[in-house]
Amino acid sequence: MTAAAPTATPPLSPIATPFEPALARRKLTGTLFYGACLAAIGILLLALAILLFDVLSRGLPWLDLQFLTGVPSRRPAQAGVLPALVGSLEIGLIVGLITFPIGVAAAIYFTEYARDTRLNRLLQTNISNLAGVPSIIYGILGLAVFVRLLQLGPTVMAASLTLTLLILPIVIIASIEAIRAVPSAQREGAYALGATRWQMVRRSVFPAAAPGIMTGIILAMARAIGEAAPLILIGGLGFVTFLPSPFSAGYTVLPLQIFDWAKRPQDDFASISSAAIIVILVLMLLLNGLALVVRARLSRHIQW
Amino acid sequence: MNMLSEAPPADPQVDGSGPAIRIAAVPRRDEATSATANAEYIVELQDVSCYYGSFRAVRNVDIKVAKNAITALIGPSGCGKSTLLRTINRMNDLIPSYRSEGRILLDGQDLFAKSVDPVAVRRRVGMVFQKPNPFPKSLYDNVAFGPRINGYKGNMDELVERSLRRAALWDDVKDKMKQSGMALSGGQQQRLCIARTIAVNPEVILMDEPCSALDPRSTLQIEELMAELKRDYTIVIVTHNMQQAARASDTTVFMTMGDDRAGYVVEQARTIDIFTNPKNQLTEDYVSGRFG
Amino acid sequence: MTAPPIVLTRRRPLSERIIESALFLSAVLGVLTTAGIILVLAAQTFEFFFEVSPIEFLTGTKWSAAIRPYAFGILPLVSGTLLVAGIAMIVAVPLGLLSAILLADYASPRVRTIVKPMLETIAGIPTIVFGFFAINFLAPQILQPLLGKSNIGTFSALSGGIVVGLLVTPLIASISEDAMRAVPRGMREGAYAMGATKFEVVRKVVLPAAVSGIMASIILAMSRAIGETMAVSLAVGDKPQLTFDPTESVQTMTSFIAQIAIGETAQGSIQFKSLFAVGAALFVITLVLNLISGWVVRRFRTVY
Repeated sequence: MTAAAPTATPPLSPIATPFEPALARRKLTGTLFYGACLAAIGILLLALAILLFDVLSRGLPWLDLQFLTGVPSRRPAQAGVLPALVGSLEIGLIVGLITFPIGVAAAIYFTEYARDTRLNRLLQTNISNLAGVPSIIYGILGLAVFVRLLQLGPTVMAASLTLTLLILPIVIIASIEAIRAVPSAQREGAYALGATRWQMVRRSVFPAAAPGIMTGIILAMARAIGEAAPLILIGGLGFVTFLPSPFSAGYTVLPLQIFDWAKRPQDDFASISSAAIIVILVLMLLLNGLALVVRARLSRHIQW
Repeated sequence: MNMLSEAPPADPQVDGSGPAIRIAAVPRRDEATSATANAEYIVELQDVSCYYGSFRAVRNVDIKVAKNAITALIGPSGCGKSTLLRTINRMNDLIPSYRSEGRILLDGQDLFAKSVDPVAVRRRVGMVFQKPNPFPKSLYDNVAFGPRINGYKGNMDELVERSLRRAALWDDVKDKMKQSGMALSGGQQQRLCIARTIAVNPEVILMDEPCSALDPRSTLQIEELMAELKRDYTIVIVTHNMQQAARASDTTVFMTMGDDRAGYVVEQARTIDIFTNPKNQLTEDYVSGRFG
Repeated sequence: MTAPPIVLTRRRPLSERIIESALFLSAVLGVLTTAGIILVLAAQTFEFFFEVSPIEFLTGTKWSAAIRPYAFGILPLVSGTLLVAGIAMIVAVPLGLLSAILLADYASPRVRTIVKPMLETIAGIPTIVFGFFAINFLAPQILQPLLGKSNIGTFSALSGGIVVGLLVTPLIASISEDAMRAVPRGMREGAYAMGATKFEVVRKVVLPAAVSGIMASIILAMSRAIGETMAVSLAVGDKPQLTFDPTESVQTMTSFIAQIAIGETAQGSIQFKSLFAVGAALFVITLVLNLISGWVVRRFRTVY
């Protein structure tokens, strides 16, 4: 066998080994770090547990049928949360209904129709930036456009439209992800059979992406129900003892009711604030559960 | 079928970017004989079985690996060659459901003993992977990674240069040491991985199909490198490519999958014997291409 | 009788083009929203600057919008915002990163089933609840006993910062975890094969490779903390002062906007216009942060 020696051939003996692996010390550092990770989780778990325990212990005694069906009152013992609950549910529903077509339409445009032009990339960047704008800024926008300009006044409708703008970027982004996750084989199969682009989208891509899209919308609805800041500017804070309806002035929502009661110094108000918190947490839980159920049921119909 | 009687491969085009070592024209028959004849067995697998949960992937394997030689592990897909290889340097410990039975002796010391730390094992038994996996760091930092972690006290620059020379990569990259490891070609990346493996001075180098992601020219370069490296290290290579095993190894172990889907060793012998005069019918069938 | 020949050439049907236009319009809604925000903020800020000089606004150190003598130097609000957000980062970055590392590299499936839902729960709780927690538990039961009632009141930047930190932790944790999971397994294996401990693999291979995603998550969390309204409105009080003492009660930009909106402030009054000016400043700051975050990802992204 010939081996041409180019520039200096290294010596044949194994490399001398001045290694000090210090294994014990390195493993100790690793274990300490793992301990720190566990401590972090522990802190978060503890904080969450304390928060929930505090809320539950304060609020549960005050959570009764009268509370759920009554209206706010100057006296905590007689206060109820119904107007706020109805307001939240109305807004949630309207927001969901409006966001669904617009958000999905925009997502479909970006994923299936848009060519990679500068304009389209700009539009997409714009959506990402909007997702990061503080929610209260949307309140300012909503005040100027829906309450004043469109003369809707401080109503459930104005609030819903404002919150729609708030969660639309999130819904679009989530829908884009869901649509992108559909394998291209699905699209190609439809095209190969002579479908137009819209037919392909409607019959092939959309059903496949539906679980992800629906989950995204339900979670965004949950987010909208939990958001209070924009509604402060849309007149959501008030002493509302009637059940709000979409186009008449005056309404409130759960987070703002909580806010109102929490600001008062009396302990009893803290208690009913906690009770209202329990109501909204249950609502969040139901919505998240609904999202999981919807996802599971819709996914069952899809076979790859 | 005697693959060793075919015409030797032509010399590759030397355009200045390959290794400085030229490809051997004749398979190394004599060296293979001498290597196994007076070998100490640096690694011995004794009755080794590998389990993923309750599924037994490999059963009752006995293998003896000779020092300063190249041992090839061949067999059809899925018969557990890679699993077995990764057991030797305890890489499979990283999989939660994995466990093994039996003993693996490295220089007489059982690697599965309770007191043995897998991290320590891996410094002495290195591994080169199927898909080259350089770090997205500079070439220097790639090679220096292992020594730094293991507390190398000598001259790092010298160690890096020496390792790259031994991996036949130094001339290609000596002016580009700050470049990212990912900027190299596939064959160069694999040689970089070899360089950083030998930088920590292991006794055994395990190679899990190191050439399957490379083009034929790079493959030949790596095989030539292996022949150089076995002077100082022991090499165990898993390969799908029978011709590669025939070309490059001194000893060959043939494994296959049994009806219980567990892999087992059919035969272990000198490479020439496995390919020209196998004792087991299954081996004969495999090397002549009747299955696999 | 043979079938009529299939026409191979036809113009794209009108319905297809209408659909494409409809989808395009939905996408354009995003641009309209951004334009709307900018227009509304700019117009009112412009009017505001007729009465208050921009220099005073941007560099003044006293803010008194409700009480005479009026002063409109925004620095106290900015310092309040940064103080709260800074404390939030001190809380969220370690907790979030350690959780992410645990989830990406250390956690067994059992641990995952506890940690992931816990993080998602925290992310799903309406922010008002965190504000409630701050004033009803964190301040009176933890901060005051710890630091002394004379040193810290019910309302403080510290209290607000801690709860905002808790609520943005899931953001850091989930984005950082994704970034770390994106590091290919082969890279980790290469490091293990050279005798590295798990901590060393994480510290020297995974984290450096994931650093752009991690940095982006931190910047995004900062932006979110700056934009948070409800929790800080309850927790930090409403004393605009230029201070970096966390035990003090301060006012943030967002809580000021909320305060003005809640109060019965006349439209067209200087206070009302100052709301828009502060909103504009808030928008600019968060926009810049979001753009920096995007730039960081593009610039430092590890190419695999």
